[in-house]
Amino acid sequence: MSANTAMAEKYRNNFLKEIEEQVEMGDWVKMCMQCGVCSGSCPTNFQSAWEHPPQELFMMIRAGRREEVLTTTSMWNCTSCYNCIVRCPRKLPITHIMHGIAEYAHRLGKAPKMQPTRFFSGLFWKNATRTGRVNELKLSMGLYFKDGFVQGIKNGMAMQSVALGLMKAKRLSPFELFGGHKCKDQKGIQAMLKKAYDIERSRKAARMAG
Amino acid sequence: MAKYEYAFYPGCSSQKGASASNYLTSVESMCKTLDVKLTEIPDWNCCGASIGYAEAGELPRHVLNARNFALSEKNLPGQEMVATCAACWLGARETRERLTHSDTLMADTREALKEAGLTINEMPEIRHMVEVLIEDLGFEEMAKHVVRPLEGVKIAGYVGCQTNRPFGVAGESFENPVYLDKMVEMVGAESIPEYDMKVTCCGGALAFSEPEKAQAQIKDIVESAYDHGAEMIVTPCPLCQANVEIYQGQVNKKYGTKFDIPVLYYSQLMVVAYGGDAKAAALDGQVIRARRLEEIAAKPVKR
Repeated sequence: MSANTAMAEKYRNNFLKEIEEQVEMGDWVKMCMQCGVCSGSCPTNFQSAWEHPPQELFMMIRAGRREEVLTTTSMWNCTSCYNCIVRCPRKLPITHIMHGIAEYAHRLGKAPKMQPTRFFSGLFWKNATRTGRVNELKLSMGLYFKDGFVQGIKNGMAMQSVALGLMKAKRLSPFELFGGHKCKDQKGIQAMLKKAYDIERSRKAARMAG
Repeated sequence: MAKYEYAFYPGCSSQKGASASNYLTSVESMCKTLDVKLTEIPDWNCCGASIGYAEAGELPRHVLNARNFALSEKNLPGQEMVATCAACWLGARETRERLTHSDTLMADTREALKEAGLTINEMPEIRHMVEVLIEDLGFEEMAKHVVRPLEGVKIAGYVGCQTNRPFGVAGESFENPVYLDKMVEMVGAESIPEYDMKVTCCGGALAFSEPEKAQAQIKDIVESAYDHGAEMIVTPCPLCQANVEIYQGQVNKKYGTKFDIPVLYYSQLMVVAYGGDAKAAALDGQVIRARRLEEIAAKPVKR
């Protein structure tokens, strides 16, 4: 049984409870009073419109629209600007809830696979935690080559002037490709993160069983 | 002994050859003048930034930040931790707040840290460099060292998001913080308090993943600076600086604009006003050269 099926079975007809127990800050969702200030404050909702802006997602969760919430591209539009958090009259930590729902959808394999920010988010975390420090060159290259080699070259060419400008200013180093900055205790970092994932997994499983 | 001492968390983008290396150079020069001693936390790691959320989960993200707390406490006991990067500061502060409010999270974090042979007893206070400047030194102290005022230069103070929300600088409003304008005035330049894009988001990590969305933001931010007669933009955030500076060429292509406005850090303005040369202010690290500032930096100092 897939992780998604297991969760859907367990929380049958109670998606709100599933979100409360499995998503970071999910227990705040029921506090939303549908005023829409979050949606009106969101830069990417303003520019290009989310499929379902935050307050709509909150109502959909309460209405049990599980499939639509988990598969939407909406929360992947979050730029982490925290405008919704500081303006929410009910003090919901909306940015964190958006990240939380996105992470949960990603964990269940329901998030849109080729959504570029979902891809970049995973790439960033792996890049940063592999050596303990971000390698900016490998991070950019990893993103450009997301859709294959040919597209990667095209993307690289499109960004050529930006990259050259940065290199000239000594703010992008080609040598990052061969190693680059890193932490000394990478082994310790890997071990501690593995432990953190184990603990988090078992806490979530306990909540589901409880 | 220096007048002020802190445990320093420079962050990934500040490293040599990275996107905000010019920020670090100018901060070092600025701190020398102000007698602020920054001791780098040995073997510090990435904060995870906001954008790591898809894979980070809750506990791993906090454990990553807690490792820096543990290293700070172990190597630089009693010192407050200072970050220059908005994301580092926010990530660390958020973790500190969550761990303070949840005994379970704290216990789990301690258990995970054991794997790296570390522990937390007392978490350091997390400060942003601008907090240190404003709260610990104060405007009067900062102004004392100005020997080359940036007279007649009009500068738009672009605060951005993460230095301003959700924590922000104490006593400032989220919608219209004024400290950056005050810093502009402090170095003898002309501020633009009515600059209406001062807390608008630059698009953050979406500048990489979905550039068209971020560039729409960047266009608004730069356009408003021009509309208000600014010659340059100043910011306290490394990602704001990079996004607003380096994509102006792409914005021009897409929107037919002719943007070419320098984007600087507050620390660069301060170094020049404090009598430092272009190199000390890392003006060679600009993608869009700040010629007006270079000219001032080449002038003799009024003592």
